[in-house]
Amino acid sequence: MTIASLIDSTSELTDSASSKTAIVLMTRIRLARNVADNPFPGWAKPAQREGILALCTEAVAATPPMKRSVAFGIDELSELEKQILVERHLISRELSGTKAGAGAVISKDQSVSVMINEEDHLRIQVLRSGFQLKKAWAAINDLDTELEDKLDYAFSPSLGYLTACPTNLGTAMRASAMMHLPALVIASQMEKVVRAVNQLGMVVRGLFGEGSDASGSIFQISNQTTLGESEEEIIKRLGSVLNSIVEHELNARQKLLEADPGKLFDKIGRAYGILQNGHLLSTTEAMNLLSLIRLGADLGVFPEAQRCTIDRLFIEAQPGHLQHVHRGEFEPGQRDLLRAARLRGEFANFAKPNFTLSTDGPN
Amino acid sequence: MANPLKCDLCSKPATVHLTQIVNNKVHKVDLCEECAQAKGVTDPSGFSLADLLLKASLNPEVTPAGVRCEQCGFTQADFKKHGRFGCPACYETFLGLVTPMLDSMHKGTAHAGKVPQKALARKTLHERLSRLELDLSEAIKAERYEDAARTRDEITKVKDAFGQKPPS
Ligand SMILES: [Zn+2]
Ligand SMILES: [Zn+2]
Repeated sequence: MTIASLIDSTSELTDSASSKTAIVLMTRIRLARNVADNPFPGWAKPAQREGILALCTEAVAATPPMKRSVAFGIDELSELEKQILVERHLISRELSGTKAGAGAVISKDQSVSVMINEEDHLRIQVLRSGFQLKKAWAAINDLDTELEDKLDYAFSPSLGYLTACPTNLGTAMRASAMMHLPALVIASQMEKVVRAVNQLGMVVRGLFGEGSDASGSIFQISNQTTLGESEEEIIKRLGSVLNSIVEHELNARQKLLEADPGKLFDKIGRAYGILQNGHLLSTTEAMNLLSLIRLGADLGVFPEAQRCTIDRLFIEAQPGHLQHVHRGEFEPGQRDLLRAARLRGEFANFAKPNFTLSTDGPN
Repeated sequence: MANPLKCDLCSKPATVHLTQIVNNKVHKVDLCEECAQAKGVTDPSGFSLADLLLKASLNPEVTPAGVRCEQCGFTQADFKKHGRFGCPACYETFLGLVTPMLDSMHKGTAHAGKVPQKALARKTLHERLSRLELDLSEAIKAERYEDAARTRDEITKVKDAFGQKPPS
């Protein structure tokens, strides 16, 4: 399998979005692991990095979930290919910025990816659409146990898995969920939510992690601490925080519908109109419009089945994916033209909005 | 006393017994003759129990400047600059630097999660194997052939425990 065929095949994120809780788009768990007696990637000499890359690539590629997978060195990819993998959350921006001696192995279904020589020797990731913390943990736990059979992990009984940065010690696990929270954004309650979530030891970030904005009202919520609790405890705690955010979002939606349905439907209707007829759409504007359509699907304004179309478009509206479809590199201005054209095409045959629903409709 | 106290530093019988109150807590230190001498306990002006307690509880003081990780050459200054460590062994070298950070950084200070059982078991086998190989070469050198044969059998057993995988 090649990187080109991987990019052209369907991914866990874009094509199996059939989540029951519409609010959680995706669940992701990451484990950091290092090989004992070897310097961390940031401190290793080029030859040591190459050695670890070869050792880990072989070990990872031999695990069952990676039976059908693609392995590559980061220097084998074009800028555009790297960007597409970042947009699919399969590699990090940090990894895409490294020059040599780093790489990744990605399963064909794109639900498992392992970065090698990012900040740690191994960054193992399992991704599931919808709200699936327990399933994601079971999958990544198995993969990690397989790997430990082949690699001598750096581990201390008191500090746990030893990582380059002390903030990841212990379980070295980050569990996160990507959440769609349009009503909390419209009702200006996100700041309050972020503060409450922080107090519970969880972090809120934008769609593409640290420092990125929350375009499309999409947020990532993850655990902040890794030492002093077991994986199960962290997952349980995160799960209950996520459930309470879901509840707050549902309440906010209900309130918006009760207080001023006209205002909410106007937003959704206008988004539909722009997506059908606009000619210049930036990534952020497209994301925000798509977010309103997704909210409409949750409220029954559009058929629920359309939700996965929106989830696919969230990804395909990103600059890397857009340029890939059009086989070339384009200036941002040209991209906005292409993006609008793409979305006009998608929305030409999209279901018509139905605003006759009662305020106690679905969700 | 039925059970003579042992020296806190070397576990020889203790003959010097000290008590001091630090932060409203009573601390007792028991030392043997030699350790008491070495730590300057016999010279009251130069002796600090708190300092001694810190060492006795295996809590090394914050790494003095100039200390390098034996494995990778990393220094405390490197950590200040990068915010990342050089290698897994750095956590032993700079434990005194790490420990106070953990408290504010994490929910707890001790690992409570998964343990890589297979990797740890393999490590134990590796250590056992290298010890046996050392025994074997010594036995051969000393012409203790019966011991050598026994050690060789033992080595075969340990290698079998690795299963099909040869030790890497
Ligand atoms: Zn002593
Ligand atoms: Zn080191």
